[in-house]
Amino acid sequence: MSAPESGRIRLLQIEGLPIVAVLLVLVAAFMIAAPEVFLGYRIYMSFLATVPPLLVLAVALTLVIAAGEIDLSFPSIIALSGWVLAYCVHELDSPWVGLVLALAAGALVGYVNGVLVARVGIPSIIATLATQFLWGGLTTVFSQGLSYSLGEVEQLLLWQLLVGRIGPFPLQSLWALAVAVVLWLVLNRRRFGEHLLFIGDNVKVAEVVGVNVAREKIRMFVLMGVMAALASVLLTLENRNFFNTQGSGYLLEVMAAVFIGGTSVFGGKASVVGTVAGSFIIGMVEAGLVATGLQGFWVRAVVGMVFLSAVVGHLVIEEPERGRGVLHAVRGKLTFGRKSPPG
Amino acid sequence: MMAAARPDPAAQSWRHIVRLEKVGMTFGKVQALSQVDFEVGRNEIVGLVGDNGAGKSTLIKIVSGVLRPTAGSIWVRDRRIDLDDYSVRMAHELRIETVHQGQSLGEKQPLWRNLFVGRQIVGRFGFIDVKKEKAIADGLLRQAIGFRGEGITADSTVRDLSGGERQGIAIARAMHFEADLIVLDEPTAALAVSEVRKVLAFVEGVKAGGRACIYIEHNLAHVHEVADRLVVLDRGRVAAEFAKGEIGLTELTNHLVALHEGHAGVRA
Repeated sequence: MSAPESGRIRLLQIEGLPIVAVLLVLVAAFMIAAPEVFLGYRIYMSFLATVPPLLVLAVALTLVIAAGEIDLSFPSIIALSGWVLAYCVHELDSPWVGLVLALAAGALVGYVNGVLVARVGIPSIIATLATQFLWGGLTTVFSQGLSYSLGEVEQLLLWQLLVGRIGPFPLQSLWALAVAVVLWLVLNRRRFGEHLLFIGDNVKVAEVVGVNVAREKIRMFVLMGVMAALASVLLTLENRNFFNTQGSGYLLEVMAAVFIGGTSVFGGKASVVGTVAGSFIIGMVEAGLVATGLQGFWVRAVVGMVFLSAVVGHLVIEEPERGRGVLHAVRGKLTFGRKSPPG
Repeated sequence: MMAAARPDPAAQSWRHIVRLEKVGMTFGKVQALSQVDFEVGRNEIVGLVGDNGAGKSTLIKIVSGVLRPTAGSIWVRDRRIDLDDYSVRMAHELRIETVHQGQSLGEKQPLWRNLFVGRQIVGRFGFIDVKKEKAIADGLLRQAIGFRGEGITADSTVRDLSGGERQGIAIARAMHFEADLIVLDEPTAALAVSEVRKVLAFVEGVKAGGRACIYIEHNLAHVHEVADRLVVLDRGRVAAEFAKGEIGLTELTNHLVALHEGHAGVRA
């Protein structure tokens, strides 16, 4: 391996660099296309208010996917914990009890998921799909299908601490940043995180090096549950409103943010920094496109394009052999009728 | 921390680093091992041979704490182990290190993580001391374990290594933690001829260093060459034992072929 090449690879190995670059390019493009919006600070304050729930969910899900698992139940945690908080604020007038119970509800859902996956042995995609229905359905039952308007909630200290404003600056962005930093440390600098990476890489290896696979998976699902509950609290307080389908839009967006960020769908490799950038990309595209005058219809198509190019880009950078396979396949299709060049 | 947990082997007098007594293992209805008596002396190379499915891998997974036997007892340094406590972690603390066949390293992880996973070096607040782990990993790579390829560093990913280099890393890990017993499960399976010689030299080095080794090998010539004692497993039972020099390579081969044909006869 020649020196300049290894230098290039080292640069590419800085965590999340390619996708942070994509984010910056996107912002630059928006600045050119809609300078009146994107050269002011207001739009960014708006992103900092709306992206945090998505970001908290995506960073937590990054750890789950690093371990080769998935959690589809978090939209229902957003509903359930949101209801718990809203009920306590609205009916009992106890916001702090509401916060604690909302987080506890998330932990409970996560614990049940963890036991189903790690002890009973149900694949996580099935177990959490089932619990998504279960807890989402129960929330509808508990709330009797009603929504709560939390009009006076801004008076509460809880609201001011979690989603209050310093001038125009929304505090939830600091909480989301804290979550990202803490979970980066958990994944990269704690035994627990390293164990998750080895479980996702090869569970047999994890077992023979002494990782307690079941225990670590249960802890991971509990962490996911608590983080989803925190996201729900931020969302419910920011919206000053609870409705029982408030989590349903998040499932695919959160997964897209994780995979755009370069976390491997096969497990064993994950980037929290990439997920943060991915969350902002997902959170910005809609507002950005509308501001540039493109019709809102384009949002999903553009997300799809960014998503696809990110996934192929990560493949080319991290697994050059397979990446070349993709390029060959593309070239083969373009030069229709000819054989693709030999590898 | 780890040093405190380790027993001081020199302070005790013991004959066998590990001894299994009437060990049995069932998976559902399958009896993988039954009534196995097996021991390894302080400074002994024990070759474990037998057909596919004879129970070799199950046996060493029990020794290394991955599997808990369903019957029998385990003795380490002549002390009985409480099976409810026995685990990979405990085996490590008792200085039993295992190089599992092709399943010892996380492919996508850097070498430094692979060397220390399961017993990370952590600071006061429980954070992994990455600098220290990498420094030790680089030191190990520099040492003459003989498997180092060009350009391999602590940050290299396992999937960029050749089969021999991987085996070298797995063995280096076992050496670093100062094993008194090294269990090698088919260490030469994916290796080139020159690399096989290095593994055999390593096994002889274990003997010379006063340590013990369980050596599982398909290639009878290799195991016959280095083992002090050969244990033949057949359908979950110990079928025969031979001390070094007690049986020639040709006889050993014929013995195993006869066992194999014995099954065929039973089946027919």
